[in-house]
Amino acid sequence: MADAWTTENQPSAQPTADRVALLGRFLPLVAGAGVLIAWEGIVRYFQVSKFILPPPSLVLTTLVEQRADLFGALLVTAFVTLSAFFLAIASGIVLGVLLTQNRTIERTFWPYAVTMQVTPMIAIAPLIVIWVGLDRVWLAMLIMAWMVAFFPMLSNTAIGMKSADHGLRNVFALYGASRWKRLRWLQLPAALPFILSGARISAGLSVIGSVVAEFMAGSGSARGLAYTIVESGSMLNIPRMFAALVLLAAFGLSIWYVTASLQRRLLRRWHESEIAQEN
Amino acid sequence: MPELALCPPSVGSLVRLHEIDKTYANGTVALRRFNLEVQPNEFVSLLGPSGCGKSTVLRLVAGLGDYTQGTIDWPMAKSERGGLVQREVGFVFQEPNLMPWATVFDNVFLPLRLQDKSKAEAKDRIDEVLALVGLSGFAQAYPRELSGGMKMRVSIARALVTRPKLLLMDEPFAALDEITRNRLSNDLLSIWAQAQCTVMFVTHSVYESVYLSQRIAVMAARPGRIIGELRIDTPYPRDKQFRVTLDYANHCREVSALLDRAMAL
Repeated sequence: MADAWTTENQPSAQPTADRVALLGRFLPLVAGAGVLIAWEGIVRYFQVSKFILPPPSLVLTTLVEQRADLFGALLVTAFVTLSAFFLAIASGIVLGVLLTQNRTIERTFWPYAVTMQVTPMIAIAPLIVIWVGLDRVWLAMLIMAWMVAFFPMLSNTAIGMKSADHGLRNVFALYGASRWKRLRWLQLPAALPFILSGARISAGLSVIGSVVAEFMAGSGSARGLAYTIVESGSMLNIPRMFAALVLLAAFGLSIWYVTASLQRRLLRRWHESEIAQEN
Repeated sequence: MPELALCPPSVGSLVRLHEIDKTYANGTVALRRFNLEVQPNEFVSLLGPSGCGKSTVLRLVAGLGDYTQGTIDWPMAKSERGGLVQREVGFVFQEPNLMPWATVFDNVFLPLRLQDKSKAEAKDRIDEVLALVGLSGFAQAYPRELSGGMKMRVSIARALVTRPKLLLMDEPFAALDEITRNRLSNDLLSIWAQAQCTVMFVTHSVYESVYLSQRIAVMAARPGRIIGELRIDTPYPRDKQFRVTLDYANHCREVSALLDRAMAL
């Protein structure tokens, strides 16, 4: 007596489609390898100075030789970035939820949240360093990175909280749901896609934030990757600069990958953005 | 004209709306002197042109809005607050209004979850209503995997899971195709018989109201009020054969005539 189920089992993908998908995964790697080979070849052929453009092989050697130094720097940057990211997630969700509990609260504080967003963080950096003190540079960097990463979490949570379907609100009202139950079972799940895409933006911004913070406040006592880049630049150690850059890019990429796959896992079964093509 | 007197007084009614006025803040009069009594286990339809306030009536009965004047009482209710406690009313909206992030099981569980019931406690009841609406085996499906008719079945199951005395239905089948609508109409009648509840059904379809109801209250718009009632005394169970009887055609003609009068007012 049930109506037809709309997702009929599709015939399993044809072998050709499989091969195309596989090729699609490897294409970026193939292209990357091609660029590296060309780069290596050109540098060697034209004998470009390593102070201008080191060959990939030299960057790799540097990476291996100075691994203790470089991975130590990665650890510093990763610590600041991830702490700032998690702080941004937690504070953004909590404040986003609080902000939307009441129209008056929202109207009172929203302009200040926006002000915080549009004020260039770099302009506040010197002040933060003074306040926190040069003996706790990592904390100054953490605060700066957090300030950069915070806003997308706040605004996305706030928008998500308000995006719950009106029909569903009626259902909750019908059963006399308390504010807490409405929050837990309606608004937070409805906000999840917004929160997750906010987290992806924040992830990228927290990397940028910690790099900028290191540029501003990094010192011998807090040697992150960005500081290493600046330092190597001033010493014209270009291969080391490149090696640090490679690590930074790899780190940014892995944060992005983790947040993207988290988003896919959580939304796969119900949200349009993550549903594989049908029919 | 077999038009009945408006709301004959009765002690045995389930819900009684007496002289209800509702005016919106902008001055629009949604309802004026609206009277309706619904008997236990009755199937009543509210029929009228769009904008006549029929959905408003259901919302007021469900406690989802305020009215300006009049009384709504529940003569049979034991609640000390003088009204039905909310879980005794189920509401099926025009849209299925399902939570896309939750399985069919969790969607149907929602009203019980809001009453602090555990899943284990609720499981038997949920299986039972899913069977009643013909969705056994779909408990773990997500709404997007279901057709429009099946989503509406989930919505009906959710409304029934609290075992309401009164089931309010606001044009539940309006967005469905005719084949699905006819099948759901038949299933609704058997659900109504099995669940032994009262149904208030809002529709703008003459045919649907005649097919389903024991009684049809026809409303006029601006201001919304009942201008006449008709009784459809054809016994249940009704099936598709009913749609081709002279009896059915006559009832449809009478209801249409009354509706035409409502529109002309």
